[in-house]
Amino acid sequence: MGPLAGARGVIVLVAEGLRKRFGANEAVAGVSLAVEPGEMLALIGPNGAGKSTCFNMLGGQLRPDAGEVRLADRVVTGLAPRHLAHLGVGRTFQITASFASMTVRENVQTALLAQKRQAWRFWQAADAQHVGLAEGLLARVGMASQAERPAGVLAYGDLKRLELAMALAGDPVLLLMDEPTAGMAPAERAALMALVRGIARERGVAVLFTEHDMDVVFGQADRVLVLDRGRLIAQGTPEAVRADPRVRAVYLGTAA
Amino acid sequence: MDLIFLQLLTGLAGASTLFLVAAGLTVIFGVTRVVNFSHGSLYMLGAFIAWSLLSRLPREPEYFVLGVLGAAVATAAIGAVLEVVLLRRIYRAPELLQLLATFGVVLVVQDVALWIWGAVDLSLSRPRWLRGAVEIAGLRFPFYDLVLIVVGPAVLGGLLLLFHRTRWGLLVRAATQDRDMVAALGVDQRVLFTSVFALGAGLAGLGGALALPQGSANLNMDLSVIAEAFVVVVVGGMGSLGGAFLAALLIGVLQAFGIALVPKITLVLVFLVMAAVLVVRPHGLLGKPQAMARGEVEALAPIRQAGPALQLLGAVALVLAILAPFVAGPYLLSVLTEAAVAVLFAASLHVMMGPGGMASFGHAAWFGVGAYAAAFAAKGLGAEMAVGLLLAPFAAGGLALLVGAFVVRMSGVYLAMLTLAFAQIAWAVAFQWVEVTGGDNGVLGVWPDSWAADKPTMYWLALLLCVGGALVLRRALFAPFGFALRATRDSALRAEAIGLDAHRLRLAAFVLAGAGAGLSGAVFAYAKGSVFPTYMAIPHSVDALVMVLLGGVQTMAGPVVGAVTFTVLQSWLLMGDFWRIKLGLLIIALVLAFPTGIAGAAAAAWDRWRGRAA
Repeated sequence: MGPLAGARGVIVLVAEGLRKRFGANEAVAGVSLAVEPGEMLALIGPNGAGKSTCFNMLGGQLRPDAGEVRLADRVVTGLAPRHLAHLGVGRTFQITASFASMTVRENVQTALLAQKRQAWRFWQAADAQHVGLAEGLLARVGMASQAERPAGVLAYGDLKRLELAMALAGDPVLLLMDEPTAGMAPAERAALMALVRGIARERGVAVLFTEHDMDVVFGQADRVLVLDRGRLIAQGTPEAVRADPRVRAVYLGTAA
Repeated sequence: MDLIFLQLLTGLAGASTLFLVAAGLTVIFGVTRVVNFSHGSLYMLGAFIAWSLLSRLPREPEYFVLGVLGAAVATAAIGAVLEVVLLRRIYRAPELLQLLATFGVVLVVQDVALWIWGAVDLSLSRPRWLRGAVEIAGLRFPFYDLVLIVVGPAVLGGLLLLFHRTRWGLLVRAATQDRDMVAALGVDQRVLFTSVFALGAGLAGLGGALALPQGSANLNMDLSVIAEAFVVVVVGGMGSLGGAFLAALLIGVLQAFGIALVPKITLVLVFLVMAAVLVVRPHGLLGKPQAMARGEVEALAPIRQAGPALQLLGAVALVLAILAPFVAGPYLLSVLTEAAVAVLFAASLHVMMGPGGMASFGHAAWFGVGAYAAAFAAKGLGAEMAVGLLLAPFAAGGLALLVGAFVVRMSGVYLAMLTLAFAQIAWAVAFQWVEVTGGDNGVLGVWPDSWAADKPTMYWLALLLCVGGALVLRRALFAPFGFALRATRDSALRAEAIGLDAHRLRLAAFVLAGAGAGLSGAVFAYAKGSVFPTYMAIPHSVDALVMVLLGGVQTMAGPVVGAVTFTVLQSWLLMGDFWRIKLGLLIIALVLAFPTGIAGAAAAAWDRWRGRAA
């Protein structure tokens, strides 16, 4: 378990006044948010609203022009992704990224070795390390039967599950999932997000995700943040956000 | 003051020919995405053909122009033939194999040129008008330098007009942006590619022809110019004509002043400038980040531990190797010693090339550093062999740490070119620093201690150190380090997200590869009793590449199979005259026949056979 997991009510992640400008375009213009342990927080908004930029600033891929990101009470603004990983931030990507030259189990073992800072060992056989832990994680995401398959040949939905297992290898306090269900069939989407939700609850992991599919958002999120043109225009429970006229205006184009 | 001015002029003149070669290289790369190693050979052919024409034509200026243009056109025609016969077949092959195939062409052309023009340097007896000088502001400038200085910008202007004012140029620029889109628009790509290649070849030929009056046509000019052209193209930015021009000016002037002021370290100076430019602008002066190269989306075959059958085969081979001295004669034993050295040389390259995903075209540099370190220990310190064998991997690994800190930031062909440029510099240092290295004469008398002086003992020692070293490297590749390294290659994004430091892992692989090659170099030095600059030369780097690619990059047994096969081939088939043409044709044939290497092809065949049997 990470340092904060389980301590309900403590804030896992806080972002304050994040800004990012690309040339003349202010992609994110002052976004603040906070995530609690075990919470499923969805970040939504139309194309170009600044979701990915926001996400990449939280995940360390982009450095914000202004603002601060804190993990527990530690300022982590602009830290590289690999440092965030060691501080308990798990990450999945919109375009799946796994290690194609390894088996599914080896992918998770590599993630475990990396997270336990054991990558700089030159002698023991890597595929004998953390076998039990790796198989446990794979079982949790429903991939136990595919452990020995090469990761390069997996079906898309299974790759997403593998990525989830790898993100969990570091016992994260926070999962950042960028479009976790993109490219999946509707039934698969609901199953994957139900799985994520179950894991978030049992481990006290906070999950921040972006999503296009409104059924997934309103079915699985505890709280929803709505971005438009780089600003937060609404936040609250799914019901409240669904009813919010500003959100309806952004999505449906009707006057507020 | 006058000297500075004259030197500047010399630099600008040199920059012009350099630009012509680099422009051809960069235009060809832009459209076909092939890094044409044989571009230097086309330059050399341009010079030889120009010599043949100009030494027969009358000596008036108009015939000189005619001869130079004739050489350029002839080279362009040779380029077109080369494209149709060879390159067209390998556009879809992995980048590295393309480079290797074009190196095969380098070898073939060398022997063809040797056969036609002989081994003697051919210089032109220059007519008086060419030797003249022009007086400007009280200073006398060599007339021909001024001609060259004008040619560079003129050709740049002509090319820019061609690319921006003609329909053909429009297509070339479009293809540089997005090949598939141009194909989808119904343009006949084959004609476009052939004509672009011919243009690039013609530019190289023109460069060679224009360089002739100031030097000579000789068999060394291909590899020396290609290293410089790589530097220019990388500094300027791959695919950028303007960048190539700026970089050629920079490098040309730098070389001219370097030779005048600090002749010994000119090449080091060039490398440092290149390093500085790339630190500030990783894609070169005017280069843009490359659109995703095909290599990055290539499916990566899973790497498996050898099964019991293969392990047994390996063990049997090892036992046979250990017993060999009881049956083998002295010649066979020396071939086997070389094979053992080659195994570690190839295995060390494989560490960075396979799991590390970093192809090196200058691996011989580390081999040579190790060999010279051993020579230094033996002759300079008068130390026992053990000292030399210990010093070598640390010397090579230490230098690899310095160079690697900079090189591993790059990827793909940039990285390959940088390693080549560095190796060329290491070679030049060994060649020029006569007081320490003995220059071309090498260091002789690097003999093993008396206990290892007989052939069988030296062979066993080589086997122990080199095969043992290769097994240690293999062990590291299946250890957490190897998995982490492979992770950074498979997906840098994911590797960082799980907490891996990709830069340090790649650097460690680079250092490990350097240290392994250094040890193999030291063993070789003691086995042969001598060390020469050729240990570091480009052909030796290519030997390592051929071994790894011959065996297959994506299999762990590959480098071993490749090293042994290559050494045996070299010892029996490739001896005597015209070995280059045989080796070159062999490389080309192998690239065409086995794009995944011998071990790769064998593994695939084995899987098919098992699939049928099951």
